[in-house]
Amino acid sequence: MLALLAKRLTNCLILLLASTFLCYLISSAALDPRAYFEDRTPRPPAAVVEARLAEIGLDSGTPVTERFGHWAWRALHGDLGRTLDGTPVDAEFGRRVGVTARLLIVGTVVGTVLGVLAGVWAAVRRGRLPDRALTLFSFVVLSVPPFVLGLLLQAGALTVNDAAGRTVIRYTGERTPGLEGGAATQLRDAAVHLALPTVSVALGAVAAYSRYQRGATLDVLASDHLRTAQAKGLTPGRALLRHGLRTSLIPLTAFFSFGFLTLFTGAVFTEKIYGWHGMGSWFIESVQRGDVNAAMAVEVFSAALVLLAGLVADLLHSALDPRVRYA
Amino acid sequence: MRSARGASVRRRLVRAPGAVAGGALLLALFLFAFAGPHLSGWGYADIDYSALHRPPDARHWLGTNRIGQDVYAQCARGLQKSLLIGALAAGFSTGLAAVVGVCAGYFGGWADRALMLLVDLMLVVPAFLVLVVVAPRLRALGWLAYVGLIAAFGWMITARAVRAMTRSLKERQFVAVARHMGVGPVVVIRRHILPHMASFLVTDATVAVAGAVISETGLSYFGFGVQPPDVSLGTLIADASDVPTTYPWMFYFPAGLLVLLVLAFHLIGDALRDALDPEPGAVVVGGEAGSRV
Repeated sequence: MLALLAKRLTNCLILLLASTFLCYLISSAALDPRAYFEDRTPRPPAAVVEARLAEIGLDSGTPVTERFGHWAWRALHGDLGRTLDGTPVDAEFGRRVGVTARLLIVGTVVGTVLGVLAGVWAAVRRGRLPDRALTLFSFVVLSVPPFVLGLLLQAGALTVNDAAGRTVIRYTGERTPGLEGGAATQLRDAAVHLALPTVSVALGAVAAYSRYQRGATLDVLASDHLRTAQAKGLTPGRALLRHGLRTSLIPLTAFFSFGFLTLFTGAVFTEKIYGWHGMGSWFIESVQRGDVNAAMAVEVFSAALVLLAGLVADLLHSALDPRVRYA
Repeated sequence: MRSARGASVRRRLVRAPGAVAGGALLLALFLFAFAGPHLSGWGYADIDYSALHRPPDARHWLGTNRIGQDVYAQCARGLQKSLLIGALAAGFSTGLAAVVGVCAGYFGGWADRALMLLVDLMLVVPAFLVLVVVAPRLRALGWLAYVGLIAAFGWMITARAVRAMTRSLKERQFVAVARHMGVGPVVVIRRHILPHMASFLVTDATVAVAGAVISETGLSYFGFGVQPPDVSLGTLIADASDVPTTYPWMFYFPAGLLVLLVLAFHLIGDALRDALDPEPGAVVVGGEAGSRV
């Protein structure tokens, strides 16, 4: 098991390095940081622009592989370079990573748990109203792109607030600016702001996971070992809970890592729409400015997240399936 | 399909309510996108200075936007663009997946290792983020560039499924016989391997259209995709995103069309999968066959 994990970890690190290199090549070829300085009025002299670019490691004179070498060496020591306006990328990263993590973690937990429960429920009630309703729900939700879902929820919140005559549902920002009060007030405020973006991120996950779980549960319901469990005298519900659920969760772990990537992509839209200052909105703003170092930080973050989700999926798999542990 | 299997597949499709609904929906959207513009006198770039932010009426069937452009004409044009880009990108990505997957599965050895390493790498590279970075650079090449770009980041998971299918087909007797008779790999693949996965590829391409449409409209929503004066459903929704409740016709018509378009492809894909492969639980909505890093 440990050997397997070590092998996975090495594999992950190699993939992370290769993907970082690829991202650096693409980003520094496609983004144009020069325009950020040249578009100022009065237009700075070419030598000044060149000097500023060299300062942040983006001068076009140096070959891209060499620039990547410098960048990667400093990144390994925990320094992700500077943004175009000269502030450290690390500081901004630290400010924003928590915002995105909050959205992703709550979204993943809510999405997976609700999705699995809904999927099992639909499989048990196969062909009946709850199953049909859930199938329709997942089809519709999976057909609504994340930005449309975010905008629809926001419009809905606005309508509710107008009807109530006061702000019932918060739909912009992470917290109320200038709010006075103790930790409890602050926490409640953050939770209220988190509600709508979380629904926005988690709804798609619920729809997707419930489809997977429904299929997996149906397979398990038809299996011999579940019939045996019932023949021993367990009620169908207990048999499914004790012997079926665990088996049916195994195929789900395979979807976990890519489901996570989808969730992150959705979060980019969600942050932008709800005015959250997280990694996703940072990325969009950085690309618009041509800020290679800042964009790289988010790209590495995203690649690392996907690999991490893959590792978590592996751990879950081995926790659920002893054959993996003792192989 | 003229075989007995073709007939039974067709029978199953006609009986599936999802297939009928999805097919009718797609036909209606297709007609709207390509015949719709000719029904109204307004072009998608025409500006009616006397009607700004006008709600739907007899003159402008779906109202007008901020600068007096006809929302009906813009929706038809946007749908056309999103449909074209989505369908072409899905076709290319499934084609690429088939080539890579078959080569890796059939030839094995170093080709297999190299191609699977590429798949693993591409899955780790954050696809949507790279799309956002690269798309503005390809503006000059026009909308066809987005087709290639979306296809280039959407083929990996299908390629893995194709590889697995190829490996199991390769073990089958009819393939072994053909190989031992001296038939070349290209002919074996074309005659004996590809036909056996045609139904999977068709289903996958159908569901992939939904994903490609979501990618394209997402890019366009952020302003990195289709550029003005041309429109896509994504740019139309972005234009209306500040004002969904003030000028609802600007938001709900393109958003509704987009959801219906994606829904149609999901419904057809799901029905195709059931009709072609009556065993339940083979592949799931979203086209993601089981796979992991």
